Amino acid sequence: MSHITIYVPNDSAARSVGAEDVADAIVTESAKRNIEIKLIRNGTRGMLWLEPLVEVATPLGRVAYGPVDVSDVTGLFEAGFLTGGSHKLSHGLTDQMEWLKNQDRVTFCRLGITDPLNPDDYAANGGLDGLKKALTLSAHDIIAEVTHSGLRGRGGAASSTGNKWKSVRNEHAEEKFICCNADEGDSGTYADRMVMEDDPFMLLEGMAIAGIAVGATQGYIYLRSEYIQAKEHLEAAISLATERNWIGAHILGSTHSFFVEVRVGAGSYVCGEQTAMLESLEGKRGIVRAQPPALTQVGLWGKPTVVNNVLTLATVPVILAKGAAFYKAYGVGHSHGTQSFQLAGNIRQGGLVEKAFGISLNDLIHQFGGGTATGRPVRAVQVGGPLGAYLPVKHLDVSGDYESIDAINGIMGHGGIVVFDDTVDMVKQAQFAMEFCVEESCGKCTPCRIGSVRGMEILDDLLAGDDVEANLILLQDVCDVMVDGSLCGMGRSTPLPVQSAMDHFREDFNRPAAKRRVA
Amino acid sequence: MPKSWEALRASTIIDQFKDVRGGLLPALHALQEEFGFVDDSAIPVLATAFNQTSADVFGVITYYHDFKRTRPGRYTIKVCRGEACQAMGAEELIADIKRRLKVEVGAKTADGEFSLDQVFCLGNCALSPAVMVDHTLYGRVSADRMDKICKGLRA
Repeated sequence: MSHITIYVPNDSAARSVGAEDVADAIVTESAKRNIEIKLIRNGTRGMLWLEPLVEVATPLGRVAYGPVDVSDVTGLFEAGFLTGGSHKLSHGLTDQMEWLKNQDRVTFCRLGITDPLNPDDYAANGGLDGLKKALTLSAHDIIAEVTHSGLRGRGGAASSTGNKWKSVRNEHAEEKFICCNADEGDSGTYADRMVMEDDPFMLLEGMAIAGIAVGATQGYIYLRSEYIQAKEHLEAAISLATERNWIGAHILGSTHSFFVEVRVGAGSYVCGEQTAMLESLEGKRGIVRAQPPALTQVGLWGKPTVVNNVLTLATVPVILAKGAAFYKAYGVGHSHGTQSFQLAGNIRQGGLVEKAFGISLNDLIHQFGGGTATGRPVRAVQVGGPLGAYLPVKHLDVSGDYESIDAINGIMGHGGIVVFDDTVDMVKQAQFAMEFCVEESCGKCTPCRIGSVRGMEILDDLLAGDDVEANLILLQDVCDVMVDGSLCGMGRSTPLPVQSAMDHFREDFNRPAAKRRVA
Repeated sequence: MPKSWEALRASTIIDQFKDVRGGLLPALHALQEEFGFVDDSAIPVLATAFNQTSADVFGVITYYHDFKRTRPGRYTIKVCRGEACQAMGAEELIADIKRRLKVEVGAKTADGEFSLDQVFCLGNCALSPAVMVDHTLYGRVSADRMDKICKGLRA
């Protein structure tokens, strides 16, 4: 028998719970036993609670074992895991696992299957089909395809991607830019990170297609500084893709050229707001710009610019490859395609669930997530990041699509779902929302800059149980001013978690101060 | 470990970025990577390189959480206080770290070994609470695991 192929993810989440040590232990153990193995560092499958998830290739398919600790490695060899032998950590064939089988992996079709930095692997698994197709189409037809797919901005704003591209296409300028917003700062979200670490070529492919469509030759990926491994993988992918002529001058021998550069942010949340992001890319303070003019007209260095989220651009190749109708067939109402839901916080089976829009939050949290990690009842669920509403259990039967979540005064945002159990103190969460805004406000507009500080102070009083009725009225007032008077989503949406706490968890505000837990 | 500040080396680094469009942030990152902080003496040099006023450069350095104006500890611990980590006890974890290392958030320990910072998401939200020490990410960090990590670094 020739060598046996073993997969250990090289994803930062998997590494954060010991994947490196497990990979080393497997190499050492197989050498000790004189067994020749081929170790592939794949991406994560997205089943993060099972990380480090080790897979072994067998004639029937890949067999999964996890979560593997270094101390399990000898036992795995003894149990014959190299031939798919049974072990208490075995989950059988990976592809047959319910958690994966019940998903719609469209954008993430290669997640965990391939070696993220192996271009041959990428091309052999559907990669590049979209770019090749795009090169046979006119710019008009590429944009029509994206528009007809119904793809909406996955960063949270959810506007039509095709329409944005069309606006930039119609501008006449010497230079245009594609800026990928990879400043994934929302707590509870990590899908962008997975794209960049675990399948980076598809982001480059999507950006190249966008460049061809709108007539831009330069792209920037504005990456948050916390994503160290994503930076390494992106830079490696850019150099590999350039070697293969997937990006760079005369892409795949065509007349189109497109260059990509990674720029790293510096720990400012508001730089995820698109105008602040462009300021930061220009080397300035990340202060929000007033609009109009729209960025499609006056964007980076004053030039027409497409700003798209990582997931949006990463979804473009599959739309081109398989057609608008294929993508549009997923989803409900005006929410077409799939959403990459990210299960986070107090959840037993956290990870990435890519599913057609329309699955209920309850199904996501209970069927996929398996309820809370602590085993206590779910009490509050924050959807859409730190600027998203806290939803009570009674609302969790809501359909996971843009319109349905809007209808209960929530936001879909970037698809993060953060679960809290019944020990959560919603007054503290409300105060944290204001504190976060104090820390992260760019300071340009007064309602956001001052309102957040006042909000925090009022919540101090509420935590102390002082004059609850009057302070709630005051807090509502501050929220209203922030919503109506702020320039960008930071100030306008910070009140959302605060108000949802007041609306749905009012009993917490009446709890005597003495009964609060202190950290 | 970051080296001590050298004006000449700093100027050489800045020079590499002066023709880069929007090069101020990349230059600041490069300085910080080399020295662990950006000394105020670099401000006029940066201003000249990027054709800005010293006030502009000062404004950029102080705007971003990442850029430090003083020498940090030998290791920088970033504890995530995002909601997902809070749901799994991040507030208790940070309180425990403060107690054990006798350090406040935004400060460094008396022996200069550790700086403690708070961050609001490390992108490891399914394996909360998360901590990053320099460039290494840790998931499901209990108070005891954190203590072991710190002791391992000190040893």
